[in-house]
Amino acid sequence: MLHVQQVSGGYGNEAYVQDVSFTVQKGEILGVLGPNGSGKSTMLKLISGALPMLSGDVALQGKPLRAYAPKELAKKLAVLPQLHANTFTHTVREVVSLGRYPHQSGFFSSWRDEDEQAVVQAMAQTDVIQYADTEMEFLSGGEQQRVFVAQALAQKADVLFLDEPTNHLDIAHQRQLLDMVRTEAKIHGLTVVSIFHDMNLAALYCDRLLLMEKGRVRIIGEPHEVLVDAQIEQVYDVDVVTRAHPKEATPQVTILPSVSLQKEARVTAEHIHITEEAVVLQSPLPLRVLSSAVYNAGLGWYRTLINRTVDPLYDVTNVSDEFAQFIRKLGALPTNCVGMMTALTTDHAVIREFNSEAGHLIVAVTAGVGKAIDVSKTCERTSHYEVGTINTWVIVNGELTDEAFVQAMMTATEAKVKALQIEEVRDQTSNTIATGTATDSILIASTQQGQQHAYAGTASLLGKWVGHAVFETTVEAIQRYKQLKEMAR
Amino acid sequence: MNKKYVLAYTIALATLIITMWLGVAIGSVRIPLEVLWNPSINETAANILWQIRMPRVLLAALVGASLAIAGAAFQGLLKNPLADPYTLGISSGASVGAVATIFFSISVPLLGIFTLPIFSMIGAIVTMFLVMSFARLVDRTMKMETLILTGIIFSSFLGSMISLMIALTGEELRQIMSWLLGSVSMRGWPYVQMIIPFVIIGSFILWWNRRELNAMLYGEERAQYLGVNVKRSKMQVLIGGSMLTGAAVAVSGTIGFVGLVVPHMTRMLWGADHHHLLPLSMLHGASLLIICDLISRTIIAPTELPIGVITSFVGAPVFAYIFFKQRRRKGVA
Repeated sequence: MLHVQQVSGGYGNEAYVQDVSFTVQKGEILGVLGPNGSGKSTMLKLISGALPMLSGDVALQGKPLRAYAPKELAKKLAVLPQLHANTFTHTVREVVSLGRYPHQSGFFSSWRDEDEQAVVQAMAQTDVIQYADTEMEFLSGGEQQRVFVAQALAQKADVLFLDEPTNHLDIAHQRQLLDMVRTEAKIHGLTVVSIFHDMNLAALYCDRLLLMEKGRVRIIGEPHEVLVDAQIEQVYDVDVVTRAHPKEATPQVTILPSVSLQKEARVTAEHIHITEEAVVLQSPLPLRVLSSAVYNAGLGWYRTLINRTVDPLYDVTNVSDEFAQFIRKLGALPTNCVGMMTALTTDHAVIREFNSEAGHLIVAVTAGVGKAIDVSKTCERTSHYEVGTINTWVIVNGELTDEAFVQAMMTATEAKVKALQIEEVRDQTSNTIATGTATDSILIASTQQGQQHAYAGTASLLGKWVGHAVFETTVEAIQRYKQLKEMAR
Repeated sequence: MNKKYVLAYTIALATLIITMWLGVAIGSVRIPLEVLWNPSINETAANILWQIRMPRVLLAALVGASLAIAGAAFQGLLKNPLADPYTLGISSGASVGAVATIFFSISVPLLGIFTLPIFSMIGAIVTMFLVMSFARLVDRTMKMETLILTGIIFSSFLGSMISLMIALTGEELRQIMSWLLGSVSMRGWPYVQMIIPFVIIGSFILWWNRRELNAMLYGEERAQYLGVNVKRSKMQVLIGGSMLTGAAVAVSGTIGFVGLVVPHMTRMLWGADHHHLLPLSMLHGASLLIICDLISRTIIAPTELPIGVITSFVGAPVFAYIFFKQRRRKGVA
């Protein structure tokens, strides 16, 4: 559809943009990224014919760009430049109607139904139809931007060039605009080349990305090929981390501030308070937490960890709201809190500290093993599981990689299983050694300061100590469970 | 056409007809309306009507229409509400042509009494081409800013030439001064006939570019993306506007501010769409100049004021107001 071959050029005789080549297929969306002044807009002006090329070729549908008459080109290619202030104002309808310019000819008005339809449709698509008779000067920057998008759409061109189309737009309208562009591309075969400031939006909506650096193409490829940490760091001179989008199969880039506002601090057992209602850890600094907790499970940053004692008949239908209320009652913030639940009273909790060569570790366990089960026998069961819970916390004063987090979970789980085995906790149904309960929960937290741990497998330094610490603490917790049960008898 | 514009044209046409009637009826001799279709009831009145007042009113209307549409087109092209034929130096060029004709007592036998007007038109068009060429030398793409600056440079230079010639003229001073201040009196039918073809052709060229002018309001780059042949349109608008300006200055001298005030008022009333802005400006420009001419010859009768005095008296404050508003808007934004 669009073939750009070795295009060089710029303002005057200086070739600021050099040797740019790429091809865009029909229905494809190509995103153009690059730091300020890397030549994105200049490149777009060169390949749209607004600036004369010093060398190179641009072919649109197999025909060189310069072979098109202005009106013929405007029927094939619509361009949305960056928003500029205007002196005189037209109404929104008049501005969008200008998009029909290439389709009109003759001395007298030749406004046809087709023109009217294109204008109304474009205004509807960009959500500006309610402003049709309003003058542009009374609209906000974002609304004006949408009007100009409507103008470009009314052109009904096969190829659309956009220069930062989401400028001035709030996120709802960013999404609306880009959803619409994608729909036009995927359903009607619109070919799109768009400059983006926001590389995450570009990664979400573009089939391929082109990264520019100092007027040249650094790389062109799918988002996962382009948004690579080292590459972005080199081109933009900024530290970044790339992560998968939580829902979409595309990378997302986050910048790392060069100045950290986080004071150095350590978490110790002194930060844990035990009341009748819960075991609560109030950390002096945010902890990076990976957990299977009831409240705020998954990966995140939290300062408060809660292991709450609830009635065995606790109604779980509205657990989220109820738990949030409970957290507020403790004086903490629900969004800053990870919460577990157990039927055991808080005197069952065993908290141990390990000042090891892998750093300072805290392990807290409540082990309700009365309803323990053997994982290898669970598929033979028909009855529903009864509640019993082993809740395990492992808090590390150190910096863990994502691998280390996952390995720490494995190591801690293995240690727990070993503890059950040593204590000969049995599955009452199969009468085999139990491996856990049906509702066990685990939490790995780290301060992300100090000693660095790339791994936490059983042979690694951290893994050794996590295994040891979890085993010791769990054994003690099981023993205490048995003791308290004995006393209650 | 939507209702807004039906109303706009109705009002503009009604105003023009009323002002034309006032223009021919009022004066030292009051002329009854019946004379129009029955000249025999008052031969003297009929003579005044057809030989003096009617050509005068028509000339005022044509000059007003020309200056207004040229101003509207230049403002759209330059995206500058303060632009009009004067900004580009075109009026100065026309004036130099006319003043030189008087100063050197140029008389081309073939042209006869049209020597003066034709030379001032030549002055306008030559100046326009000089301004264009110089602007192109400075900047190949002829950016709007470059054009305005070039216009200012040429205006200043041509203005000093006029001043020099006036200083050297001595006894002819009064004639040049009255011409410079602008007037449509004592011109008669020949002047009306000679301006008409240029008004028609010039307006036609500008009207032909109405869509392009709309597009160019949003910048030349955006206009190009919409499919406008920017260079060609720009050239056509400049030639059309120069032709109208040259013709107007030729027959009536320097009448300032019409090309500035009328398009501004029209835009405020009916919007900036050149489709309607251009013809409505013509109609309003014609009405305004007829009124101004009427005031200029009646306000201190029997003495006649130059019409340019009246238009400047109204126009300069409006100019100041637009300037103030524009600067304020820019300051806020």
